[in-house]
Amino acid sequence: MLSATDLVVRLGSVTAVDGVTLSVERGEMVALVGPNGAGKTTLVKALAGLVRPASGTIAVEGRLAYVPEGRHLFYDLSVEDNLSLGAWRGRDRNPKRIYEVLPGLAGLARRRAGTLSGGQQQMVAVGRALMADPEILMVDELSLGLAPIVVSDLADHLASLHQRHGLALLLIEQNARLAFDLCSRAYVLENGHIVASGSSAELERSEQVRRAYLGVGSTPSKVRSREGDSSESARRDGSA
Amino acid sequence: MSALVEYLISGVAIGCGFALVGSGFVAIFRVTEVINFAQGTFAVVAGFVAYSGLTSAGAPQGVAEALGVLAAGALGLAFGGAAIGRKHTSPLASLVITLGLAVTAYAGEIAIWGDQPISFSGLQGDFVLAGAHLLRQYLLVIGVALLVLLGLGVFFTRTYLGKGMTACASNRFAAEVVGISVRRMGLLSFALGGLLGGFAGVLLIPIQPLSFNSDIDLAISGFAAAIFGGLRSFEMALVGGLVLGVAESLVGGYVQASYETVVALGGMLLLMLWQARRRVELA
Ligand SMILES: Nc1ncnc2c1ncn2[C@@H]1O[C@H](COP(=O)(O)OP(=O)(O)OP(=O)(O)O)[C@@H](O)[C@H]1O
Ligand SMILES: [Mg+2]
Repeated sequence: MLSATDLVVRLGSVTAVDGVTLSVERGEMVALVGPNGAGKTTLVKALAGLVRPASGTIAVEGRLAYVPEGRHLFYDLSVEDNLSLGAWRGRDRNPKRIYEVLPGLAGLARRRAGTLSGGQQQMVAVGRALMADPEILMVDELSLGLAPIVVSDLADHLASLHQRHGLALLLIEQNARLAFDLCSRAYVLENGHIVASGSSAELERSEQVRRAYLGVGSTPSKVRSREGDSSESARRDGSA
Repeated sequence: MSALVEYLISGVAIGCGFALVGSGFVAIFRVTEVINFAQGTFAVVAGFVAYSGLTSAGAPQGVAEALGVLAAGALGLAFGGAAIGRKHTSPLASLVITLGLAVTAYAGEIAIWGDQPISFSGLQGDFVLAGAHLLRQYLLVIGVALLVLLGLGVFFTRTYLGKGMTACASNRFAAEVVGISVRRMGLLSFALGGLLGGFAGVLLIPIQPLSFNSDIDLAISGFAAAIFGGLRSFEMALVGGLVLGVAESLVGGYVQASYETVVALGGMLLLMLWQARRRVELA
């Protein structure tokens, strides 16, 4: 229901996405992993129709919603307004149904989004996307800045939306362990190219993927520096 | 004493007009980041259309004035189409387009209405307050302007469409993410700017005759009012408009009419410098 064929996206002189072919079928949960600067964000922006590809085709069937990297809330509006604006193209603007999925938001409804903690903001961003009643949801960095318990809560919610309503998911995630656990299939993007793809189980077994994305065989300090990188990029994107 | 009251009330009335023009700047800038230098044109055209409605078409006053305001709204939409209709036009390029449109509009205005100042009488009669005889039109201007600004506040904070426009002002990328067309909202903001300028025009023309090039004075005063709140706050545009209107009126009354704009704008500048300094100190 979501597919890209030979997609090329250029940002100025950089070719951020270079001939990517990928697809997400109805009701499927798919992960997209890759190092910083691989082109993941650019790819989903193109899929969401927010940047124009230089060439290639994109096909979307069904309602698509998107949680952008760096949250991008309406910081001077209330949480409630942020949520209801998520339904701009939908029908039901009442955020009540989101409070059932993300109960933590109910108590924050009147707060200005800009006054929330990073994790709370991420919950609003996810809730806002869900307000569109999407059939396919793209999430650019689910775990960014969130406490592990919140991440596993959110992951559970996404999994249950998937089971109960057949929500399809394209998940970009620095935490490859989480991505592989949640999604049945995954793509690995490096330098704008898909360098590996397959079922999560297959990829988890691949020596290369284990070394690069699951921290197996690398020293703990290396793992820590990778996490440092991702928070750097969040800060950069947040201030842009 | 009675002179002071007269200057104050007339200053407040004129200031309300400036606030309406200023709110037009704010409405457009918040969504599009474009400073619309054709903002005064909307007021002039609205006043002229209302005049034609009254004199040539013989329409009732209220209808003629409503036509004037609507015409300004339509003009706003058209100017918006020219200024931001093409994708990827920078706000600076759009600003230049609005300047060009304002000057081009002169030709049309002169062709239709001539180059002499135009006025028509507004609400008839006067009333007495603290010994001063005041035009009823002042009350009308103040009342209508405050209602319009109140309505604007309700629109932006209470209605879904208004919140969508506020969302564009808050974070355009996020607005696109949820599917709001920032460009369409920008066009709408231009129409809104046209309506606001139009209200100013039909309300002020009975007090201050307008000619084709009155747009410059109106735009400068309105811009000064709007800049008071950094072009982003309707409330501050109202405050700025009132300060400016009253200052002009006092200077015109007690000093000399030809100084009014200079002194008022000079005072505005001082206030803004003070404000900027306070902001630096707070930061
Ligand atoms: N606005 C821009 N102009 C020019 N180049 C850009 C722009 N934004 C991103 N890039 C470049 O495009 C490439 C892909 O960036 P992108 O943000 O898509 O990577 P990413 O995989 O999402 O990285 P991260 O994991 O750090 O979020 C990078 O080389 C980046 O430097
Ligand atoms: Mg990214």
